[in-house]
Amino acid sequence: MLKFSKINILVTLVLSILVIFFSISNITKFDDNFFKKKINLGLDLQGGSYLLLKIDNEPVIIKELQNKAVSLKNFFKENNIQIFNININENKEIIFSTNEKNVEKVESFLNDKDGSINIYFDQFKSFQYEVENEKENFKLKLSKYGLIKIKTSSLDQAIEIVRRRVDEVGTNEPNILKRGNDRILVELPGLDDPMRIKNLLGKTANLTFRFITKTNDETFGSEQLEFEDGSEIANVSKRIIVSGENLIDAQPRMDNQTNETVVTFDFDRVGAKRFGRATTKGVGKRLAIILDGKVISAPVIQEAIVSGSGQISGDFTFQTATDLALLLRSGALPAPLEIIEERTVGPGLGEDSIKSGLLALLIGFVLVIAFMLFKYKVFGIIANTTLILNLFFLIGILTIFEATLTLPGIAGIILTVGMAVDANVLIFERIKEEIRNEKNKIIAFDTGYVKSRSAILDANITTLIAALILFFLGSGPIKGFAVTLGTGIFTTLFTVYFIARLLTSLYVIKNKNKESLI
Amino acid sequence: MKNNIQFNRFYKVFNFISLALVIISVLLIFFKGLNFGVDFKGGTLIELRVNDKQTNISSLRSAFNSMNLGDVAIKNFGNENDYLIKFEKKDKDKNLIQNIKKELTKKIGLVYEFRRVENVGPKVSAELLNKGLIAIAVALGAMLFYIWIRFEWQFSIGAIIALFHDVIITIGIFSLFSIEINLSIVAAVLTIVGYSMNDTVVIFDRVRENLKKHISIKIFELTNISINETLSRTIITSVTTLLALLSIFIFGGEILKGFSLAMILGVIFGTYSSIYIANPTLVYLNVSYRTVVKEENN
Repeated sequence: MLKFSKINILVTLVLSILVIFFSISNITKFDDNFFKKKINLGLDLQGGSYLLLKIDNEPVIIKELQNKAVSLKNFFKENNIQIFNININENKEIIFSTNEKNVEKVESFLNDKDGSINIYFDQFKSFQYEVENEKENFKLKLSKYGLIKIKTSSLDQAIEIVRRRVDEVGTNEPNILKRGNDRILVELPGLDDPMRIKNLLGKTANLTFRFITKTNDETFGSEQLEFEDGSEIANVSKRIIVSGENLIDAQPRMDNQTNETVVTFDFDRVGAKRFGRATTKGVGKRLAIILDGKVISAPVIQEAIVSGSGQISGDFTFQTATDLALLLRSGALPAPLEIIEERTVGPGLGEDSIKSGLLALLIGFVLVIAFMLFKYKVFGIIANTTLILNLFFLIGILTIFEATLTLPGIAGIILTVGMAVDANVLIFERIKEEIRNEKNKIIAFDTGYVKSRSAILDANITTLIAALILFFLGSGPIKGFAVTLGTGIFTTLFTVYFIARLLTSLYVIKNKNKESLI
Repeated sequence: MKNNIQFNRFYKVFNFISLALVIISVLLIFFKGLNFGVDFKGGTLIELRVNDKQTNISSLRSAFNSMNLGDVAIKNFGNENDYLIKFEKKDKDKNLIQNIKKELTKKIGLVYEFRRVENVGPKVSAELLNKGLIAIAVALGAMLFYIWIRFEWQFSIGAIIALFHDVIITIGIFSLFSIEINLSIVAAVLTIVGYSMNDTVVIFDRVRENLKKHISIKIFELTNISINETLSRTIITSVTTLLALLSIFIFGGEILKGFSLAMILGVIFGTYSSIYIANPTLVYLNVSYRTVVKEENN
């Protein structure tokens, strides 16, 4: 029947007032907690930059293989097993050979679940390395889980470094998230030119101090490295004296004597000691400061530096010195990052999008309301009241959950306005049909509601399915569309069955003897 | 007022027209192809605003062509000061955008503003396309599943044929006019899937009810009765939805143009197909009182 309990009416009323308050809180400027909740604007509306970075794990894997080869050598030496020809094949696997009599021993070491040389992951039931051998020739390949371990740990490190770098630049509420096992998503609201951040994230910032040598008889070997400014190619020893890991601070400075911009740095204790020892021995030699495989500068050591601090000069502007200091402070990335997707929206476009989105919403809303009024008169007023409250419910709920509103999200709200009246139309049309056969208006109305229910549910569930799929498979702004469209379905059903039905019943009970009711 | 339009007299004619449209659309999609945007093809998109009367599309074109960016497509976007520039540069350049800004300032002066930059790598675009296709496939599958549990199989077939009809023709029209296909079009297609289903299901619901009510009336006549009974609803809902969509299309800005256009087409074809595709299918499949009742006794 068309009766409502008092509690029912009260709850509906309270909820309506609540969502209206929350909706309004989006445009008020109170500091009150209650009004503090606001809908977040997506990057496409407030402007900002979205960067998707992919980590190139190849160097990390090669490094792991190199370390493993060294520890294999040492391990078997300690256990008095001769192995030879240890090598890394195609950057993918370690190969080595042993004597025929040692094959079984090597096998048992490499397949020992409690051993330390090939770690066994209990939770995955897998070794770190898969071992294959043809008689005395062994092949070690990283297992699936061995690879995953390396990738996750390098991603964890990278995300930490990325966060430090982004935080140091001081952008407004950056959002840094893992994506899969080799990607990092960086969202920078309000940033219209991500050039500086892109530059900072594009550098591994691997800093080493090494001597320049003239001869090739170094035990560690040497390599030819180019200078940053392209002025010179130097033969640099592969022996690392100190690396960026030992830095505790770096700052851009103005050198008072030369009037040059430099980067000053401080080593930790270990670094200071090593640096002191090397500079004591190496007076007169050139010390190369190498960043990501390029020599920044290579000053001649005039005297031993034991203070544990120093400075890098190298044709810096104040900006490049600041950025280098920032990179050194935040530490080196475990592997290079590549930007594989970038989307940047300027603040101007964002503002225009909000304006045109709201204009379209307003006009769409007015058109739908006018049409309903024209079509249904009194019941049009009921449908329109419901529609307005529906909009408040939708915006209120988005506010309560502090959802992110995007431009397609606004389109979803407008579309909801267009489709929300459907439920009321289905009901009203059904009531019209029922009234033809049923004298008692109240019963006719009640049957109208009951009989239209299955069609209304079907119609809304199909749209909801589409919205859910979009939510789970869509990306970025499109997700915003799925959120508003999906939430809109729930608010529509609620407002139609609790508010519109209440208003209809009040009207019908009052006017039950009127000839043409609808 | 009771509607009594003889929709069923034109079932065959419209089925023939629809079949032709679907075939033409498929041919267009296969032979003319689709105009994929940077989301799906990869490459760079720049939305540029110029605040200078002397700069026009041809001076921009010559400026960009001299930058060695490969095939550069430049067109006006919304108004005469805004331009959309698209290109695919094969080799990676970390400072691409910065270099373009530098060159552009040299050529036309500092009279422009980059309003939007999108740069999608080949791997990401392939993934996005894949994800989009999966989303559409999953949506179609989910609808099939829903209608399969809600209705008898004859109804499912009718609804699904109508669904494919709407989606294929909408995409065909996009192919015909070379309208850009991007992420938001995928969202539109999924919403069309939902709307088309929604519209069909409401009429089917009535057909089912009428099958039980009027046992002696043949399905050919019965579909017509059901369409007429739900006709006002069909029209009112389509009109309000179209009013909302037209408002987005006209006032919602350039970015939502493709999306709202796809939706408008989808709603029009969705409404049409509910009447002229979904219902005739019930007739061809000889749906009767028994189809509905037999299932319910199980």
